[in-house]
Amino acid sequence: MHKIWLVAATMALVASGGTVFADGAVDPTAIKSEDGKYLDKEGSPTFKVASDGTVDWYTYSGYRRYHSECHVCHGPDGMGSTYAPALKDSLKTMSYPDFLGAVASGRKNVSSSQENVMPAFGDNPNVACYMDDLYVYLRARASDAVGRVRPAKHEDKPPAAQQAEDSCMGKR
Amino acid sequence: MRKVLFATCLGAMATFAGAAAANDELSKMSQDPKGWVMPAGSYDNQRYSKLKQINAANVGKLQVAWTFSTGVLRGHEGGPLIVGNTMYVHTPFPNKVYALDLSDENKIVWKYEPKQDPNVIPVMCCDTVNRGVAYGDGKIFLHQADTTLVALDAKTGKAEWTTKNGDPDKGATGTSAPLVVKDKVLIGISGGEFGVQCHVTAYDLKSGKQVWRAFSEGPDDQIMVDPEKTTVLGKPVGKDSSLKTWQGDQWKIGGGCTWGWMAYDPGLNLVYYGSGNPSTWNPKQRPGDNKWSMTIFARDADTGVAKWVYQMTPHDEWDYDGVNEMILSDQQVGGAARKLLTHFDRNGLGYTLDRATGELLVAEKYDPKVNWTSGVDMDKNSPTYGRPKVLDQYSTDKQGEDHNNKGICPAALGTKDEQPAAYSPETQLFYVPTNHVCMDYEPFKVSYTAGQPYVGATLSMYPPPGESNMGNFIAWDGKTGKIAWSNKEQFSVWSGALATAGGVVFYGTLEGYLKAVDAKTGKELYKFKTPSGIIGNVTTYEHGGKQYVAVLSGVGGWAGIGLAAGLTDPTAGLGAVGGYAALSNYTALGGNLTVFALPQ
Repeated sequence: MHKIWLVAATMALVASGGTVFADGAVDPTAIKSEDGKYLDKEGSPTFKVASDGTVDWYTYSGYRRYHSECHVCHGPDGMGSTYAPALKDSLKTMSYPDFLGAVASGRKNVSSSQENVMPAFGDNPNVACYMDDLYVYLRARASDAVGRVRPAKHEDKPPAAQQAEDSCMGKR
Repeated sequence: MRKVLFATCLGAMATFAGAAAANDELSKMSQDPKGWVMPAGSYDNQRYSKLKQINAANVGKLQVAWTFSTGVLRGHEGGPLIVGNTMYVHTPFPNKVYALDLSDENKIVWKYEPKQDPNVIPVMCCDTVNRGVAYGDGKIFLHQADTTLVALDAKTGKAEWTTKNGDPDKGATGTSAPLVVKDKVLIGISGGEFGVQCHVTAYDLKSGKQVWRAFSEGPDDQIMVDPEKTTVLGKPVGKDSSLKTWQGDQWKIGGGCTWGWMAYDPGLNLVYYGSGNPSTWNPKQRPGDNKWSMTIFARDADTGVAKWVYQMTPHDEWDYDGVNEMILSDQQVGGAARKLLTHFDRNGLGYTLDRATGELLVAEKYDPKVNWTSGVDMDKNSPTYGRPKVLDQYSTDKQGEDHNNKGICPAALGTKDEQPAAYSPETQLFYVPTNHVCMDYEPFKVSYTAGQPYVGATLSMYPPPGESNMGNFIAWDGKTGKIAWSNKEQFSVWSGALATAGGVVFYGTLEGYLKAVDAKTGKELYKFKTPSGIIGNVTTYEHGGKQYVAVLSGVGGWAGIGLAAGLTDPTAGLGAVGGYAALSNYTALGGNLTVFALPQ
């Protein structure tokens, strides 16, 4: 169910904006905010770090979710491990729709010399319900907007984020 | 000659198909120091060899005798077996096995490579490691990543039977080494980060048929306890000892996995192993003691029924799996000869128990930095006898969800993980490879989906404040619970140790060094940098009158996750130094066996 939704969403995005995102070098600057979520000029989610270091809710939430669900393969702080790529680098060129697609459907890179497989997380609410959070955090890491530290201060959790979480995760 | 004798033995066994015969064969073989016929060398898990051609006086002259590339890149745990003239070398996924002829230029006699669905790879929590094969009854037993247990003809590599031990679609995987006991082969299972209800299972050596299966949590029949006869700290466990400690059906996804090194006492006919963390890592979501996760089990090898149990970390709040090896020794305690079991737990405490009765004798910190507990209640009359006293400040349950608990030592990696320690009956010291790492731990709510990670905590890890070394290699007195000596290592020591009658102790480092130290003092006597970081276990054997020391290198495993990137550096931007430096500056991937000997 989640998976279907996500893949459909991904395809729609690729269809509408694939060429724009292809080089992956979209300026991550937030130009507007919708219910506490910041968006770049293409309308993709992005981070916002205030001058005193306060990060937006999604960056903070993504930090937490990343270090629960992703870091056992991709290493602490998106730095990579002996067997999975450093996402702080991957996100420099990976577009938002490609990111959603890879997380939802997984990846396989199996050859005679290596066997790297990423599982599909589309059915895992602990990941699927926090896709934007993860993307925003990793985009902040890729842009060096957030260092190898736990964000010290963050904006309050927007009611919209709470609502989306509740409906996505089922009853709390 | 050996080969001929061997074949005769096998023939005799096939005729009688007696349980005792198989037991005798393997027990006898394990007493010959020339070979290394089971993962830990012997049933007592001492990782001690009587060989002494290489000794403290000459080990400095050690040289590389020969090397072998496994052709696999990822983390290489465990070590080779040496049975007669043949060495058996295993690899991580795809779980290749090579039989090498030690009498003929170490030529490959046969190679086995199973076909496995690569979708099992991401279900493995921490790299695609495998901790080695077991030998018995003329067969080599391989526990594949996809939980298939296969019996290979030791001479030809032909598969004689296979059986499936679990369901990778639900997150169950195979990483641990089997143990052959009498007419059975025993294996555990991994998947504590996926909510698997874990177990130890005994299969018939000849047919692969399941004989018994004992879960870590669940109803009494599933966990194979006798409510009246199975004891905990000298008292019967009582009815529903596990069910009572879980909320509702949570035990069904309770973890308690069993991927460590098992031990066996032929005299008592008991098998010993530990169970891992309860799932999830968020303690708030699973109220209760979560028995029997984090538990030392002593089970009857024939029936599987538990003789005694002891839960080290009730209601785990930090992922301190109890799977680490149980080392059996006979020593004098308080003037009396005791049959002991010593265990270095992830939670940072070194335990010594009476292995016949399960009586707790010693529980002390084997890293002075361990801070989550003020110690174990040793008062037999206390209602909390045997329980660790948890400090509120470091209790991730008391502090609650969405609270970042800072400065907990040890980190989830534990003061020691699977890397097995060694014991020398001569020095009566344990030689323990340790991690010296602390963490911040923040639990939060997660939901369970079959086959998906079920973690529920955010972690960051770093060396203890004010220190730059992330590992120590220590000598430990198990009778008193005191450190005899301690050597600093820049990175966690993630390699299994070897003690020898030559007064030398060997271990590997994550940078890739094989090191030899003096068993009495810890003084470094030799080091050599192998092609990759070492997370394998050091082995020794004799062939053609010469003693060899062998170790697998090939960095990876859990150590490869945090350390390859360098741990979180609280002084980032202020200039990272020394211990914070990333492992990737020292070593790269690649599986290799390096074999050492003294010069001609």
